[in-house]
Amino acid sequence: MRTLFEPKDSAVARELAQKVIKLADRCKEKTGVTPAFMEVCGSHTMALARSGIKLILQDHVRLLSGPGCPVCVTDQKQIDAMIEVAEAQNRIVCTFGDMMRVPGSKRSLLSAKTEGRDVRIVYSPLDAVRIAQENPDREVVFLGVGFETTVPVLAAALQLAELKQVENFSMWATTKLVQPVLRTLLSVKKVKIHGFLLPGHVSIVLGEQAYQFLADEFHMPGVITGFETVEMLSGIYKLLQMVLNDQPAILNNYKSVVRPDGNPIAQKIMNEFFTPCDETWRGMGMIPQSGLDIRDQYSHLNAKKKFNVTVGEPKKTLCRCGDMICGLATPDECILFGKACTPIHPVGPCMVSDEGSCSAYYAYMRKEG
Amino acid sequence: MDRKVTLAHGDGGELAHKLIQQIFVSAFGNQSESRFDATFLSLSSGKIAVTTDSFVVNPLFFPGGDIGKIAVSGTINDLSVAGAVPYCLTVGFIIEEGFPLADLRKVVKSLAVEAEKAGVQVVAGDTKVVEKGGADGLYINTTGIGLQREESTIDPSRIASGDAVLISGPIGDHGIAILAARGELGLMTDLESDCAPLNHMIDAVILGGVDVKMMRDPTRGGVATTLVELAEDFDAIIELEEEKLPIRDQVRGASDLLGFDPLYLANEGKVLFIVSESDRQKTLELLHQFPEGRDAAVIGRVTGKGVGQLLLETPLGSKRRLHRLSGMMLPRIC
Repeated sequence: MRTLFEPKDSAVARELAQKVIKLADRCKEKTGVTPAFMEVCGSHTMALARSGIKLILQDHVRLLSGPGCPVCVTDQKQIDAMIEVAEAQNRIVCTFGDMMRVPGSKRSLLSAKTEGRDVRIVYSPLDAVRIAQENPDREVVFLGVGFETTVPVLAAALQLAELKQVENFSMWATTKLVQPVLRTLLSVKKVKIHGFLLPGHVSIVLGEQAYQFLADEFHMPGVITGFETVEMLSGIYKLLQMVLNDQPAILNNYKSVVRPDGNPIAQKIMNEFFTPCDETWRGMGMIPQSGLDIRDQYSHLNAKKKFNVTVGEPKKTLCRCGDMICGLATPDECILFGKACTPIHPVGPCMVSDEGSCSAYYAYMRKEG
Repeated sequence: MDRKVTLAHGDGGELAHKLIQQIFVSAFGNQSESRFDATFLSLSSGKIAVTTDSFVVNPLFFPGGDIGKIAVSGTINDLSVAGAVPYCLTVGFIIEEGFPLADLRKVVKSLAVEAEKAGVQVVAGDTKVVEKGGADGLYINTTGIGLQREESTIDPSRIASGDAVLISGPIGDHGIAILAARGELGLMTDLESDCAPLNHMIDAVILGGVDVKMMRDPTRGGVATTLVELAEDFDAIIELEEEKLPIRDQVRGASDLLGFDPLYLANEGKVLFIVSESDRQKTLELLHQFPEGRDAAVIGRVTGKGVGQLLLETPLGSKRRLHRLSGMMLPRIC
């Protein structure tokens, strides 16, 4: 039997947290501003809040949540399009669970399901291919969202459908790439931060070299880190050291799983089926070449080509998810937070996903009942 | 007898009679009682406790139990944590047309075995068959009747600063076992659901003279939701220590993978106790004598009275507030 947190780790964590606080205060003395770091992975957003790191560091280090949760950055129009796909007869729409409640312009996939459309949660895109095989007289469409972490699995589903000649399967891909969005944050959005806590999961696929441009072009340090309390604290500590010494570099603090060149097999299958495309990010707008779409030679598997779907521009809401994922606001600064927007009735996607910044704040940092 | 349940099994005629005789009466006994439209109970004087619960678990059979076992343990535990001695149960079945009779027999047998273990009789029952598609296999409702235990010291108004909060074992087993049993996650685990009637273990604590102020079974919504409700209902400030929460490796691993917080996972065979500070050791010792209580632990304490809230002290020493489970738990995508 173990406990939720190993006591031997917690002594280390407490000591490390105190070291981080001391170093952060030295940084502030030297630079005159509180050091600010951004995490760009939904799992980090959640883990930083849940572990109590955000709370214990809040007066010493600003930890901002960047555009790292695939649910949070999916454009409303994509949800609207999927609902329209689901409206037609003889269709099955499959999706990852946390896309179900994301509000589109008028409703979510969950409300479409409640109204009788056949929308199913799958845990792997490969399950959607299987559903297509089991329902040969119906069109099965998978909503393919995700960063580079997920895209190889999406590619594997396309490969399986191709291999087994599953003609009634197709994918509506709306995937995102990490590098272009980091570039946009720094060069277009002018986000004021001192370093990045880089995503462990994405790095397994991309490798540590993928972020070298941050240090080379933007003088910005980054640490690839895992998700345990001690790993995240040590990542923040290393960022502070680099800021203090003004020696930005990209460090790999997650060497047990992240290799310099990443996972070549995953990259290969990704490149075989996908090609870069312009992509609209919720709250950020279109970023050139920031997503991946299915290559033309596999257009028979591309739901966007297979079905003629047109959706209008989504209406604007007061939701500040866009500011949130650019590190320009914190959840409690949004007037909807905790009132009109809660996990049960989310207005914006950052409240839907468990890994969204608003949801993490609501679950782990909210003071009131 | 046919191998599947048909609508005729529920129409009150010949087949229904056969079904009741061959499956239910043979499992539950009470031949004489089944001839009347209602059952008479002879209860001694005192306060009577009644509770009812419906069970819709999917899948019906899972590692560590089935819908029959859970239908008994859920209701027995509700009576027990209220401080009552379970006396008898009623059972209602809603069966989907086409349900295999062999499965029904298995469920009924398991229900009878658990009721016997718990020492309660099934005194009334009902069966309805609905058309194919009208239900998902089998639903069960159980109603439990018990008598308030004279020795019970339960009185939440006595909850005071310093009281200890204990749990009878590791958290989240049922939630993860059910998810794994659905077979959708590709998770392979030897984890079993913790579902079990706990009345004998609870009896031992109460008869052992522990000053129990409150008990709850942390089922849906998990330990966090249950304790938030308790804190708010009785104006207590409760602090849990994350380091002290017992959890199995399998539950921790699966939760990490799927993005679940074990504090919000369902349990079907656990009790939370709030006892006087001086009785914490005695409670632990009593619980440790039972297989279901072998890993019981003190997980926190009451730190004050006032506007009720539940706090969690993280291993870093920071304290964050815990809230009710909000919305569904959906597995994350990466």
